[in-house]
Amino acid sequence: MPPTTVYTISQINTYIKGLFATDELLGDVWLSGEVSNFKQAASGHCYFTLKDAGGSIRAVMWRTQAMTMRLPREGDAVVAHGYVSVYEPRGDYQFYVDSVEPGGVGWLWQEFQRLKARLEAEGLFAAERKRSLAERPRRLGVATSASGAALRDILRTLAIRFPLVEVVLAPTPVQGDEAPGGIEAALGLLNRWSAEIGRLDAIILARGGGSIEELWAFNDEHVARAIAASAVLVITGVGHETDFTIADFVADLRAPTPTGAALVAVPDARELASQVAALRARAQLQAGGRLAAAQDDLDALKARLARLSPQAEVALDRQRLDDLVRRAQLALRNRLGTLRGRLQGQKLFLAGLDPTAVLGRGYAIVSTPAGLIVTSTTQVAAGDLLHVRVADGTFEAGAK
Amino acid sequence: MSTEPRPFEEIYGELEETVRRLESGDLTLAESLALFERATALAEQANGLLDQAELRVRQLIAQPDGSLASQDFDGWQAGR
Repeated sequence: MPPTTVYTISQINTYIKGLFATDELLGDVWLSGEVSNFKQAASGHCYFTLKDAGGSIRAVMWRTQAMTMRLPREGDAVVAHGYVSVYEPRGDYQFYVDSVEPGGVGWLWQEFQRLKARLEAEGLFAAERKRSLAERPRRLGVATSASGAALRDILRTLAIRFPLVEVVLAPTPVQGDEAPGGIEAALGLLNRWSAEIGRLDAIILARGGGSIEELWAFNDEHVARAIAASAVLVITGVGHETDFTIADFVADLRAPTPTGAALVAVPDARELASQVAALRARAQLQAGGRLAAAQDDLDALKARLARLSPQAEVALDRQRLDDLVRRAQLALRNRLGTLRGRLQGQKLFLAGLDPTAVLGRGYAIVSTPAGLIVTSTTQVAAGDLLHVRVADGTFEAGAK
Repeated sequence: MSTEPRPFEEIYGELEETVRRLESGDLTLAESLALFERATALAEQANGLLDQAELRVRQLIAQPDGSLASQDFDGWQAGR
């Protein structure tokens, strides 16, 4: 059967919008609730959600109104005035707000306070319960979403700061209805891992920033009790600096963000390297000192030994002997010098007596065949053969 | 499973202890030198670990039979 009339989407949305517009209550209404997901667009218009325990409604406040008042903040409990109408492009109905006033304590805030007071009274936040972190952890558990920015931030921080640590990840949803049970289960699994397979030094429970609703799982009582029951120390890093959740109060350590949790969980490897260097230097100093002391002892002993031993006497005698030898040598050298000088003088004297030197000046030596040198006429008769020696040789001559 | 290298905190702990003993005095020269050599070797090992460390991430998996298993998780480095 073909339809009698077919409407377009915009036609039906316009029709509904018309119905809203004719309704007396929707046109002028006060609503109380808690502000969440508050965002002011670049245009100046404000968009947020108003909610209470039973439900939520989208709200819009135009720039012209927003400029005239103190803007509500995330989590504020407010009473707002405006009208409800339909946003046709999406088929949503929205609350168009023209004024906002503080409206007592918000529902979520009240619930938060009630649970916090109860757990505090049980002693779950007590300082004595907090355990202290290992200085150089070997293995860390991480409970967070496997796809979230929080995990990436944590792992990058660990990789830069202390890559020696081993990470065991237990993925869990961190927002929505499944988050509380998931976090509880992840903490349970990590505790089992620590007990059965490899001891964990700490567990980081983390989630990046978000609205109050998005962080709400960390205000869940089951999650709080799972943290309290954990045999492994728990560090929380949930949301931004200003966000405090019940989980933060129960945890052994609360870091402002996921990155902050990774920073407190491990030491800085560069610092460790310089500590290692310092320890090595101390060892060197000690061993060096010990060695120097040993050397000193050895020297002192040697000196004592040298003074006491019979060798000392021998050494002394040897020294005396050396002395004597040196003196003897000196005396001998002096004496030799004198003798040598005297010998030189005599040589010169002898050179003056050398008869061959006289021959050079034209004299001759005359001798008989028998070899007697002729010094007198009585030695020679006429006809005698004589030897005549001159400077360069000898010849025969006859006497007359 | 292959033999795991000695964990850093153990090496560091022994290094601290060795230096402490070295500083306690009352040691023979031979003892002092042996401790010094030990400290030097430990410092080398510690530095070696710090230099070559690379973050290891494992994802924990609960098996249907209730036992625990794990697998390497390295998706976090993509897009760095």
